[in-house]
Amino acid sequence: MKPILQTIHLTKAFGGLTALSALDLEIEERLIVGLIGPNGAGKTTLFNCLTGVIPVTSGDILFRGRSLRGLKSHQITRLGIARTFQNIRLFQDMTAFENILVGRHCRMQAGVWGALSRDQRTRREERDHASSSIRILKLLGLETIQNTPARNLAYGAQRRLEIGRALATDPKLLLLDEPTAGMNPSETAELTALIRTLRDKLDLTILLIEHDMRVVMGLSDRVIVLDHGVRIAEGPPCAVQNHPRVIEAYLGRRGMTATPPASPSQEAPPHP
Amino acid sequence: MKSPAPLFRKIPPAVSLSAVILFTAVLPPVVGNYWSQVLGDIGIYMMLGIGLNVVVGFAGLLDLGYVAFFGIGAYGYALMASPQFGMHVPFWLMLPVCVALAAAGGALLGIPVLRLRGDYLAIVTLGFGEIIRVILNNLDPLTNGPRGLLRIDPPFLGATPINNPQRWYYLILAGVLVAAFTADRLNNSRIGRAWIAMREDQDAAAVMGIDILKYKLLAFTIGASFAGAGGAIFAARQGAIFPENFSLMVSINVLCLIIIGGMGSIPGVILGAVVLIGLPEMLRGTEQYRMLSFGALLVIMMIFRPSGLLPASRRRPAAAAPREPE
Repeated sequence: MKPILQTIHLTKAFGGLTALSALDLEIEERLIVGLIGPNGAGKTTLFNCLTGVIPVTSGDILFRGRSLRGLKSHQITRLGIARTFQNIRLFQDMTAFENILVGRHCRMQAGVWGALSRDQRTRREERDHASSSIRILKLLGLETIQNTPARNLAYGAQRRLEIGRALATDPKLLLLDEPTAGMNPSETAELTALIRTLRDKLDLTILLIEHDMRVVMGLSDRVIVLDHGVRIAEGPPCAVQNHPRVIEAYLGRRGMTATPPASPSQEAPPHP
Repeated sequence: MKSPAPLFRKIPPAVSLSAVILFTAVLPPVVGNYWSQVLGDIGIYMMLGIGLNVVVGFAGLLDLGYVAFFGIGAYGYALMASPQFGMHVPFWLMLPVCVALAAAGGALLGIPVLRLRGDYLAIVTLGFGEIIRVILNNLDPLTNGPRGLLRIDPPFLGATPINNPQRWYYLILAGVLVAAFTADRLNNSRIGRAWIAMREDQDAAAVMGIDILKYKLLAFTIGASFAGAGGAIFAARQGAIFPENFSLMVSINVLCLIIIGGMGSIPGVILGAVVLIGLPEMLRGTEQYRMLSFGALLVIMMIFRPSGLLPASRRRPAAAAPREPE
């Protein structure tokens, strides 16, 4: 399978701190890829680089073979990368429906003249995108609260709405930043099932940052482990879980001289 | 936080709208010249408020130099329709020119401040407003400096000059209606949604595919164009304009009426102008306590309706907003 996303020696430095260090990643199409690592590993920084929120220091990102260097966030969204945020960032004063409709923005055309004249084309466009927004709300089970302002929604609904808003941009690649953070076990299970459904129904590739190991291991086709901006392991969930460098990154090394650092040859076998 | 219940919700819109139109149409002959003049002042502030509301209320960009565009519109017309250069271009020809001039001014201000946010934006726009006033005050060969521009031509409708408060009232009313219509259409469109999203969370809006620079520039340009029209009307109505007409206080007053009425709400801005500009006139009876009682009223208003008299409702505004499912 060909990669939908590729990073080539991707480096991001904040002053003296190197958050991402010559990272080479390949994400294959239609997979759910888990991105894990201890705090400060560079996971969210990677998302910010991929979506143009912060400029990369050096290296390149290829999305479906096209370089994203120098592109602004809104241009990257148009190409088909969408994301959610670690701390929910909905448009609080807008209704659930409007939040989704804002996601449709980049697939709509109407300009100042269309807005003022409300000509036939603009009206048709508004109608079409309103109904596709409703479809997304239904897909996420949010249709009953579509006219509720985002700030008044329950926490779990806000999380789902944020995913819905990202889906509204018609992405090929969806980046989810800790989607189950702060959820109870039943909400988490529901969301996990939803993410899998979305991949299957919408032909999405999903890259997901997650701290809940059960979610990552249950959901991911592949797992990438970052630590200090470097990939320390990659492979199927079961292989990564027991990888010595992963255990070391999370728990530290046993004793001072117990085991030597694992060599790269020990890396888990690639996904079939 | 629970938002306060909207006023006047029970009356069907068609009924209330025709009542308002009828009421406003018969007002001038009933109230006479003095109050028609006051209503005209209120109307000009409504136009300014509706325009600044696009920038501050919709797009969330704190602009404290809005008076600059009012000044550009006013001087634009006055220079071309007064003895200053002996030119007498008709008002109706100059009106779109003044709108375009102010819009260009808006873009000119917009470009350097595109990357600024919040307080920094406020300070730079404040400076811009002052720069324009100082230029008007000191560019004697063009603007006649503090002596101002006198004997500015009134507009003509056919052969009828618009030269008394009652006739002006109707022209300004038309201006307010056009401004309100334009702002409302923009608000309930793809552009308005982009502005609101940008106001709520700029970074999230960018990631959702909104070109932040473009929509900021658009807000400044469109907002300024309302002030350009207002300025041309102001100059033609006053017949004489001076740089001190375009002081910082105008910007502050316009911002205040938006806050009092309800940020982002067009009916709110209209009501805000009535209260902020009209109330001091109505309070003339209280003589030297006028400003004191006015201040007290504003404080009371902000205590009881902190988000404005008619706060913006984003409940079901979109043209295509869906019905509640049964």
